[in-house]
Amino acid sequence: MARIRAFENAAEEASRGGVAAFGATLSQAQVRGPLHLSTGQEAVAAGVCANLLKEDFITSTHRGHGHTLAKGASLERMMCELFGRATGFNRGKGGSMHIADFSVGMLGANGVVAAGIPIAVGAAQAIKIRGQKRIVACFFGDGAVNRGPFLEGLNWAAIHALPVLFVCEDNRWSATTATGTMTAGEGPLARARAIGVPGEEVDGNDVFAVDSKSLILVKKIRDGEGPQFLHAITYRFKGHVSVDPAAYRDGEEVSRALESDPLTLAGKAIPAEEARKIRQDAEEEVKRALEVAAAAPWPPAVEAYQDVQDTGSGQWR
Amino acid sequence: MALMTYAEAARLAVREAMARDREVVVLGEDVGRGGIFQQYKGLQQEFGAARVIDTPISEATIMGAAVGMALAGLKPVVEMRVVDFALCAMDEIVNQAAKARYMFGGQGRVGLVARMPVGLWSGSAAQHSQSLEAWFAHVPGLVVAVPSSAQDNYGLLASAIASGDPVIYMEHNELWGLQGDVAAETVPLGKARVVRTGSDVTLVTWSRTVHAALEAAQSSKHSVEVIDLRTLWPWDRETVLGSVGKTKRLLVVHEAVQAAGFGAEIAATIAEAIGVRVKRLGGPRIPVGYAKPLEDEARITAERIASALDNFN
Repeated sequence: MARIRAFENAAEEASRGGVAAFGATLSQAQVRGPLHLSTGQEAVAAGVCANLLKEDFITSTHRGHGHTLAKGASLERMMCELFGRATGFNRGKGGSMHIADFSVGMLGANGVVAAGIPIAVGAAQAIKIRGQKRIVACFFGDGAVNRGPFLEGLNWAAIHALPVLFVCEDNRWSATTATGTMTAGEGPLARARAIGVPGEEVDGNDVFAVDSKSLILVKKIRDGEGPQFLHAITYRFKGHVSVDPAAYRDGEEVSRALESDPLTLAGKAIPAEEARKIRQDAEEEVKRALEVAAAAPWPPAVEAYQDVQDTGSGQWR
Repeated sequence: MALMTYAEAARLAVREAMARDREVVVLGEDVGRGGIFQQYKGLQQEFGAARVIDTPISEATIMGAAVGMALAGLKPVVEMRVVDFALCAMDEIVNQAAKARYMFGGQGRVGLVARMPVGLWSGSAAQHSQSLEAWFAHVPGLVVAVPSSAQDNYGLLASAIASGDPVIYMEHNELWGLQGDVAAETVPLGKARVVRTGSDVTLVTWSRTVHAALEAAQSSKHSVEVIDLRTLWPWDRETVLGSVGKTKRLLVVHEAVQAAGFGAEIAATIAEAIGVRVKRLGGPRIPVGYAKPLEDEARITAERIASALDNFN
């Protein structure tokens, strides 16, 4: 969690001037384009992924740095990717929104809300067809429950009894709109249950609660009980993207949320000195990653033409 | 060599691929009962419901799940029923299948074949009759195949499954019953076939209109060379350039709406390259109507092609 927080803070700093949106203007920045930060949501990534094995898969969202780190990916290579360097996970072709590290089963962040759900379901079906023991954790936000693939994907996983943990990481905001004002009914867990996917609700700021609920649900999935659903309620500390000041939010709502900072809550469980040391180590690791990323080579222009397709490669016009 | 229908030829290609490679799976609506054109007949009985997967009417997830399967190493053959329904899965095709390999820096790849039949399907009206091949040819990452014969449907489908790329595979709604001799030979993607040689006009076409073009060529006052493109992306410009270099005249014919159709791409490429006379014949920019006189307006017949050929002087 401390590593995620330190990473997000550094990425936020490095992205200033990186995108012209929300009134911000474009200038020189190490991290280009929209950067969606998971600051404040670290407990969900950490608590769920603590129950996954290296060979398990995850799919993630546009707000995916935390999931990626929690699944065991290299912080340094992720920073290189945000800097657009050849040494990044995606060789500079994906950036923040498409972060992936297949070597640890991280099958990709996604720029399209809910798009990871069908992909997770398909990966789980591949596991089942091959008779493997792996499972898939599928992260998505509260906004995703209003898209069709949510219904389609959960139904599909249920009828085929697939090994998927659906994790609705509910930060209460769909871009700049309060999700509650746009969502009818009793919420994500009720919808999941109506489709036939059982699950639990949890305080997504309490990493120990997320961990223990995930443990139970993951065990059910590994025991062959089919897909399970975790509705983790947390809060997005930052705006939709790093340059969004999120002035549309009520100040009291934000203050209350900051009082439930998952890092502070988790820190209370260990001696203060140990907590301080963990955060300091994380900040130093991120500092080194920033230095490595800034010195890393750019991808050569020819890279733009690689990994498009094999059939017809070379026919660009 | 055996005589079989266009549907049976495709079924044979899938059956052989599944028998050879356990990673090949089929998914889509009604595939367990053979599919609506019987192009999957008997496959679930032979290979089991785990590999020939019946799905809900959930096009986005049929395609999205196939992307997930492919990223996990399987080789899915995806049934979309008709191209019109594939429009419910456009994010999964365009943003996911076509992009995943590239945007993940080559960490994964999406080898799959998405079958989505195109074209007029007599009496089926506006939402079951479209020819949208140009949409997909426009998207980097995708391969687009458009077989016109039983042999090509066998050979192109076998190549598509083996390719490792996301292939948009467009059979024609009115060719399922077409019979032809099929040899156990694959057909390479990206390679056109000269189906008739001639010296005055090069006629480039694909899918069902190949047959109408041949009929028109036979009665034409010109000596017409007919090329079946077979794959729209990558398209075989060498064969077309070679032919037009000889005939100095090009007519491109397709059933898809002419405006912004793939014929424009071919005509422009050839005109830029060798500056010869080019003409196009495609459908009018109208939805396909239900009543026969309305549907007929969208149909590219041998007579219409003959008339376009006659207008070359």
